[in-house]
Amino acid sequence: MSEKIKFTIDGKEIEAEKGQLLVEVAAENGIYIPVLCHWKGVHPAGSCRICTVKINGRFMASCTTPVDANMVVESNTPEIQDLRKAIIEMLFVEGNHFCPSCEKSGDCDLQGLGYRYQMMVPRFPYAFERRELEASTPKIFLEKNRCIFCKRCVRMIKDEEGRSYFAFKGRGKHLEINLDTKLAEHMSEENARLAMKICPVGAILRKEVGFETPIGKRKYDHVPIGSEIENLQN
Amino acid sequence: MQKVTIEPVTRVEGHGKVTIHLDDNLNVAQTRLHIVEFRGFERFVQGRPYWEAPVLVQRLCGICPVSHHLAAAKALDVIVGAGTGHGLTATGEKMRRLMHYGQMFQSHSLHFFHLSAPDFLLGYDSDPATRNVVGLAVKFPELATKAVLMRKFGQEVIHFTAGKKIHGTGAIPGGINKNLPIEERDILLKGADPLNIDTMIQWAYDAVQLFKDYYMNNKEFVDNFAHFPSNHFSLVRKDGALDFYHGVLRAVDAEGKRILDDVDYQDYNHYIEEEVRSWSYMKFPYLKHIGKENGWYRVGPLARLNTCDFIPSKLAQQEFELYKAHTNGKPNNYCLHTHWARLIELLHAGEVIKELLLDPDLQKDDLVIKGTKLHKGVGLIEAPRGTLFHHYEINDNDQITLANLIVSTTNNNEPMNRSVNYVAKKMMTGQSQITEPMKNAVEIAIRAYDPCLSCATHAMGQMPLDIKLFNVNGEIVDHYRS
Ligand code: SF4
Repeated sequence: MSEKIKFTIDGKEIEAEKGQLLVEVAAENGIYIPVLCHWKGVHPAGSCRICTVKINGRFMASCTTPVDANMVVESNTPEIQDLRKAIIEMLFVEGNHFCPSCEKSGDCDLQGLGYRYQMMVPRFPYAFERRELEASTPKIFLEKNRCIFCKRCVRMIKDEEGRSYFAFKGRGKHLEINLDTKLAEHMSEENARLAMKICPVGAILRKEVGFETPIGKRKYDHVPIGSEIENLQN
Repeated sequence: MQKVTIEPVTRVEGHGKVTIHLDDNLNVAQTRLHIVEFRGFERFVQGRPYWEAPVLVQRLCGICPVSHHLAAAKALDVIVGAGTGHGLTATGEKMRRLMHYGQMFQSHSLHFFHLSAPDFLLGYDSDPATRNVVGLAVKFPELATKAVLMRKFGQEVIHFTAGKKIHGTGAIPGGINKNLPIEERDILLKGADPLNIDTMIQWAYDAVQLFKDYYMNNKEFVDNFAHFPSNHFSLVRKDGALDFYHGVLRAVDAEGKRILDDVDYQDYNHYIEEEVRSWSYMKFPYLKHIGKENGWYRVGPLARLNTCDFIPSKLAQQEFELYKAHTNGKPNNYCLHTHWARLIELLHAGEVIKELLLDPDLQKDDLVIKGTKLHKGVGLIEAPRGTLFHHYEINDNDQITLANLIVSTTNNNEPMNRSVNYVAKKMMTGQSQITEPMKNAVEIAIRAYDPCLSCATHAMGQMPLDIKLFNVNGEIVDHYRS
């Protein structure tokens, strides 16, 4: 039997099962904590840090933290909002994100967060990294310049034998996402769809279907990112 | 010592730069119109997935992005095996047409009311400070309101077909990503007055009459302004009808003789060559088989009404007949009649929009069609300012390896230069200074072509001009800058 505990997020009392992930408990209670790397049901990576909150005065990633009794969680404070905004800005300057011609525009979580946190001009200088595109496999076009290293694809997109199609290569500044082109020769349609869907940006693109969703029908055309969670409560 | 010239800096200015060289006797020896168009897009689409081109390349322009969007999509139709325009589904083809004619409507009304009407209605020689759309609004408030609303209507058509008023995503390789639901159709068809298609057609018709009245009273000026013979070039529908969206290539000479006889544009580079001249970033296209000297041509409204045999809509055809009668059926080479032609096209665009709105094909769901993939595709369209070429090639990985664009203003490069030369000769000979009438004349001559440098035109409608006058020793003797 799991133990029920109580704690607070921004002063609101919450009841949950001990050990559940904070980010998921928050979502179930209609409190939106943004995520870019987390995916419900998949082992957390804690890599993007956009879900950072303050727990009992210390910064922690809410996707890797299990809830415990009497935790005092701060999420929607000016300090944390600005921290998240800084992370978004960092992700923008680190890659080459040219929204006007990106087919993920309107469906992109990073762009959605840029709007939600009202990013205007990044406070950091652009890195102008230049990474090669991987276009040689039949189903997928990998735009490495847009990858934000969330590792969702590495963790989630695998063949029947459990082998990952995607992997990271290099370190630090030279880190980049890679596709096992041999394996990807036989990637199923289903995997290609899933890969494009879970990628929070426009790095993984299915070939030849770009812009099929008209403006107005895209995920964030009418509602900001996070509203699906916030509306739970209303 | 080496001479270093860093010319691209001047690109950001967006001025129409004109240089005039005089000889010993103060005769005009040479004139040049320098339009700087930076065509980096051809380079930075390389390597991109081909389906991105229609969305990326339209960013070239904020006035007629739809033309680039559609020309690119048409080229990609060929690449995805959907034929060259007639291969699309009825809904795909007609939605795109609607988008394009909506653009024609907004662009032509913008040009006429905002940019040219102040010249006509307030007088070419009136005070430049008030010779603009604001001055027009003060004197003819009703007309200014029409100007705003006609543009708005055209943009609404674009919004419903492309998803956004500017830089939408509607056209995709092989078709379109949405149809026109009845609710959206009814906004355009039966919207509250004046924003419905019937009023728009009426206003377009009124605009044609307005120009004709002006013309009747100023015949001499209009007919004698920068009038020179040229070849004319455009797409026409297979049966010779005026068509802005699709057709075959036709060119006629100044007398109306066919010099390019309805050829398929997939082979455009068999017929067209682009000359590079050291003093200009913009190339000079010409018809290969006629040669550099005499093979240049005009594009745009004047050219289109010279190449086509008829206009496939009632009111515009009536106006076309009157217009043609003026030159006894021969090609019209009067530079300022371009405005007349443009307004007839505006009327036609309105009529076609109505016809399309009444067509039930627009509510169907069969949006995209694809066939056997090819590696090369060419897409041409009649943009508001004239024929626009997009040519793409891709590799086996679906990446663009080559892009070549010939924009309308490039096609009109030579005729614009000729027009400037014509007015300079007429007005500068014997002068050692740039005179006020000279400035006006140059501006009017360039504006008739509605060149893309209008992107840089001040909101007030005044064209930024930079005219330099050189003496025989190459020294600047006068310099005017607006
Ligand atoms: S490609 Fe997409 S899903 Fe994969 S790590 Fe990069 S951003 Fe994440």
